[in-house]
Amino acid sequence: MVGKKFAKSAPAATDTSHAQEAARIEITGLTKRFVTPTGEPFTAIRDVTFTVEPGQFCAIVGPTGCGKSTTLGQVSGLERPSAGSVAVGGRPVTGITKGVSFMFQADALFPWKTVLGNVMIGPTLAGMAKKDAIALARDWLRRVGLTGFEDRYPHQLSGGMRKRVAMAAALINEPRILLMDEPFGALDVQTKAIMQTELLGLWEQSRPSVLFITHDLDEAVALSDRVLIMTSGPGSIKESFEIDLPRPRGEVQDIRHEQRFLELQNQIWASLKDEVQRAYARTAGAA
Amino acid sequence: MSTVDASRRSVGVEETEEGIRAATRRARRRHAARMWLGRILLPIILIGGWQVSTATGVVDKFFYGQPSMIWQALVSLFTNGTAFGSIWFNLAVTLKEAVFGFLLGTVGGIIFGLLLGQNRLLSDICSPYIKALNSVPRIILGSIFVVAFGLGTFPKVLLAAVLVFFIVFFNAFQGVREVNQDLVANVRVLGASPLQVARHVTIPSALTWIIASLHTAFGFAIIGALVGEVLGSQAGIGLIIVQAQGHFDPNTVFAAMILMAVITLVAESLLSILEKRVLSWRPPSRTEAQAI
Ligand SMILES: Nc1ncnc2c1ncn2[C@@H]1O[C@H](COP(=O)(O)OP(=O)(O)OP(=O)(O)O)[C@@H](O)[C@H]1O
Ligand SMILES: [Mg+2]
Repeated sequence: MVGKKFAKSAPAATDTSHAQEAARIEITGLTKRFVTPTGEPFTAIRDVTFTVEPGQFCAIVGPTGCGKSTTLGQVSGLERPSAGSVAVGGRPVTGITKGVSFMFQADALFPWKTVLGNVMIGPTLAGMAKKDAIALARDWLRRVGLTGFEDRYPHQLSGGMRKRVAMAAALINEPRILLMDEPFGALDVQTKAIMQTELLGLWEQSRPSVLFITHDLDEAVALSDRVLIMTSGPGSIKESFEIDLPRPRGEVQDIRHEQRFLELQNQIWASLKDEVQRAYARTAGAA
Repeated sequence: MSTVDASRRSVGVEETEEGIRAATRRARRRHAARMWLGRILLPIILIGGWQVSTATGVVDKFFYGQPSMIWQALVSLFTNGTAFGSIWFNLAVTLKEAVFGFLLGTVGGIIFGLLLGQNRLLSDICSPYIKALNSVPRIILGSIFVVAFGLGTFPKVLLAAVLVFFIVFFNAFQGVREVNQDLVANVRVLGASPLQVARHVTIPSALTWIIASLHTAFGFAIIGALVGEVLGSQAGIGLIIVQAQGHFDPNTVFAAMILMAVITLVAESLLSILEKRVLSWRPPSRTEAQAI
């Protein structure tokens, strides 16, 4: 049964419109309240509403603590909304949703598994035979340029290589939806640019819908079809920018100097700046 | 362990790579030579001092034993046997009790540790009782077991198991509690069932803690078996010790002690091999620190 699933999702070109619909993320009136350690309810996000079209690359930017990770948590089904709803492919999310991959803010590799073992975990959990899973994982390691590192442990890799492993592990299941929470946040500028270009290349092959959280406006504009700005305390969507830069975008470093890129980046920064300042004033006032 | 300051040695001289390497090698070799010299001298001084002071009568060998007589006692244990059969038989008895107790306690500790570590309610219910049980002096438990189950193997196994259980249990419990929640979220998103979460995340990450605890635990299994035998038995090293004590024979007590120390050391090195195998994924710096 699982083998069939992989076989079907591989040739992206033959996707019917029905299969594409399965990759739509609809978020309606999403609200999440946490209970603080003192027992007080705390509203992290309120009334967040937006839709990610199938195959769209959508970035979310916003001041720290505004609820970006929280929003992603609800989409993945790891957490339950306090109010509102998330629907994936028209079906409301009530638990872990099939076909969703998550790349976490923190390094979420298994230190006790080799590189190969880390990439294999997705297919293995899906019940794929070990031999097939190994072959598939080797193929994905080749795609992210890690051939020859199969038997290393994560602590023997550089930060950039670890991110590649995480990327291969996230993409190996051919997800229809890819959730990424500041995946390249901890990388140096050059490595980051290389990883972004690689991600775009891999994404264009199978075109999952992407929700991509970042603090880096350049990154958001360079990669996305759309950038959402979140306000803070409690988080909600402030504004949405369509990024009409042509695809394929090619080298991420090169787009940065294009006129249209700079225009868009300025517009988005103007919108985000107020939010960041307000969030800063609030935390500074509270301290 | 040995950070060698190679640069200091060649002040004024241009530091070629080859020179630094040679200096480092020299410094390492010198360190190793001194270490082994010290390691050999230390017991010679201690044991020699003991031998001399008992031989000259500064210390009474009747109470404190004497190295040469301990050696004779050791030889006699193997050649003449004991009052309770050959020394091999008695060693086998004690070892069997310790190993069974070790296995029983380890399995129990791991199971309870994993269960309670994963289930908040269960652990909140059980924790006051576990703490209370843990505070009971184990020697008293030994007396109870001997009274209840007689002079055979079982009460010793039980005592050893109880000693081992708490050590392994607390480590397994802590190991589960320290599991990286990002990793749990990671496999859950990939569709892992609770059983798969345990198999791929919880157990491997708790294993670091559990295996570290096994070193201490085996020592305690030996103690459990010996104390059980001292409290009442028909064979075993513990019984030999009690009997030697009754005959004012400190040399045989020391000889038995040496035997148990050897066994513990062997077990320890076996566990180290296991640890190296299972935890081969860890950065080397940590294992090196633990080797000391
Ligand atoms: N489990 C929780 N319990 C209580 N409060 C929480 C919990 N998780 C998040 N919060 C709070 O919700 C708010 C939003 O958190 P979230 O992690 O979504 O922010 P973020 O936008 O991802 O920030 P960053 O950009 O720094 O990662 C924060 O104020 C945080 O303190
Ligand atoms: Mg976050």
